[in-house]
Amino acid sequence: MTTALLSLSGVHTHVGRYHILHGVDLVVPAGGVTMLLGRNGAGKTSTLRTIMGLWRASAGRVTLSGEDVTQRPTPAIARSGLAYVPENMSIFADLTVRENLVLAARSGEIDAERLRWVFGLFPALEKFFQLAAGALSGGQKQMLAIARAIIEPRTLYLVDEPTKGLAPAIVANMISAFRELKASGATILLVEQNFAAAKALGDTVAVMDDGRIVHAGAMGELAEDVDLQHRLLGLSLDRHQ
Amino acid sequence: MTDLKQIDWVPLGLIIGMALLALPLVGDPAAWLTLTAAGLAMGMMIFVMSSGLTLVFGLMDVINFGHGVFISIGAYVALLVFVPLAAWGAADSLVLNLSLVGLAILVATAATGALGYAFERVVIRPVYGQHLKQILITTGGLIVAEQLIHALWGANPIPLRLPETLRGSFLIGDAAVERFRVFAIVLGLAVFAAMYIGLNRTRIGLLIRAGVENREMVEALGYDIRKIFIGVFVAGSALAGLGGVLWALYRQILVASMGMEMMVLIFIAIIIGGLGSVGGCFAGSILLALLANYTGFLMPKLAPVSNILLMLAILVWRPQGLYPVAKR
Repeated sequence: MTTALLSLSGVHTHVGRYHILHGVDLVVPAGGVTMLLGRNGAGKTSTLRTIMGLWRASAGRVTLSGEDVTQRPTPAIARSGLAYVPENMSIFADLTVRENLVLAARSGEIDAERLRWVFGLFPALEKFFQLAAGALSGGQKQMLAIARAIIEPRTLYLVDEPTKGLAPAIVANMISAFRELKASGATILLVEQNFAAAKALGDTVAVMDDGRIVHAGAMGELAEDVDLQHRLLGLSLDRHQ
Repeated sequence: MTDLKQIDWVPLGLIIGMALLALPLVGDPAAWLTLTAAGLAMGMMIFVMSSGLTLVFGLMDVINFGHGVFISIGAYVALLVFVPLAAWGAADSLVLNLSLVGLAILVATAATGALGYAFERVVIRPVYGQHLKQILITTGGLIVAEQLIHALWGANPIPLRLPETLRGSFLIGDAAVERFRVFAIVLGLAVFAAMYIGLNRTRIGLLIRAGVENREMVEALGYDIRKIFIGVFVAGSALAGLGGVLWALYRQILVASMGMEMMVLIFIAIIIGGLGSVGGCFAGSILLALLANYTGFLMPKLAPVSNILLMLAILVWRPQGLYPVAKR
């Protein structure tokens, strides 16, 4: 049986007076890629933000390696081994590429070998290492956001829609980078709208709708079952018709 | 470290352009030099007083109307050194004079830094994220602090004599440049250089710059932004205290409201510069002070509104200020 690295049980999140998550139950096994799929507004980003403590869970439990992190502040959650790539990338535009990576390396210094590995995944970053990050193209900014997350090994990587709005060649670059990260034994929880990318990377999958997990299982099963895909992807539409 | 090629030189060009444009308008090179030196000194003092406030706003969106407290307190605490050691100031010795000013600055910045720590915990912390309450409570803090100054030092203005070496002027041709103004320019440049190096070459500086841009992401990287903010608030308060000492030496008379009186100029400087930008605050302060001096000489009737006109012109040109900070 695979060990659960991260688990959410009955997690509710309110943002202001809005009830966003309605009892999320999610298990992310150690090692491999868990895809979090669902339509826009299903609660995927809210789930990642709740895990990171950026939005506080109003009920339920979030455990990481068996430890309850539900009420911990965001810096403590990050220091317990989580790396987060938000949907809007949130790179520091006024800082150089190098400075962005230096900040992400909590140990103080960037490990030279790790940096070479990152440059191997994203060669553009080496070329623009001393350039202000705000001057990068959209794809390069996404590369930097991911590089910042992986510049040091972490227990779990939370990545929110890394291929959104990118050109096909850059999407292919991203998929290849995540494959290599996965091959290194990393655990990744990946939110994705691009089903082809999800099929290429995912080991397990959870599908969200209306702030809940409505399906969880092996990615391969979902990839092969067109009816299931149709049912899950069309779920909300059916319900709201 | 930001490459020099990546620095936006246009605002700095604007300062030089304004000074050069003023030269033929003023006509007399000696008068122009005196006005320019006075403007630069005033600009440096505004910068020293406001640089902490711009970082405080940029980092935590805290609007601190009570910032002037630290200017006044800095000036009054400096009296605790200037009065008993008046003989050092009266002596015709550069070493003794500068030691006196240095000691006064040390005591004033230590006191205002410590007061800043208490102010952050007691006044600011309960109102994080609530701008209206921040304005009300920090204005209240300012009023209370002014009354405390009255209670401790009395309500009457207190004269302060400049140390001997800083009195008088340097004569450059026909131009007279006051010695204290040269001192203020040198000190202001030293503060700017220290802040520039600190923000660009140290890890804590990187964190502050990143936090000004996107504090949520800094937290997601594992850093406690509130601890960084307390440090910045303390440093900003200490800088305001240093500004208060300079301002007191410039005015040579102390009143409890001397900090509050500077707040309009300080807010204009940080808005012109771009909220959260130390470089912008530096350029904005100098532009503000130079323009005030030139218009005061050329068109005295326009001088009282020159600050507002400058702010309007710059915000029309660059709505986010001279050096906008990329916010998330």
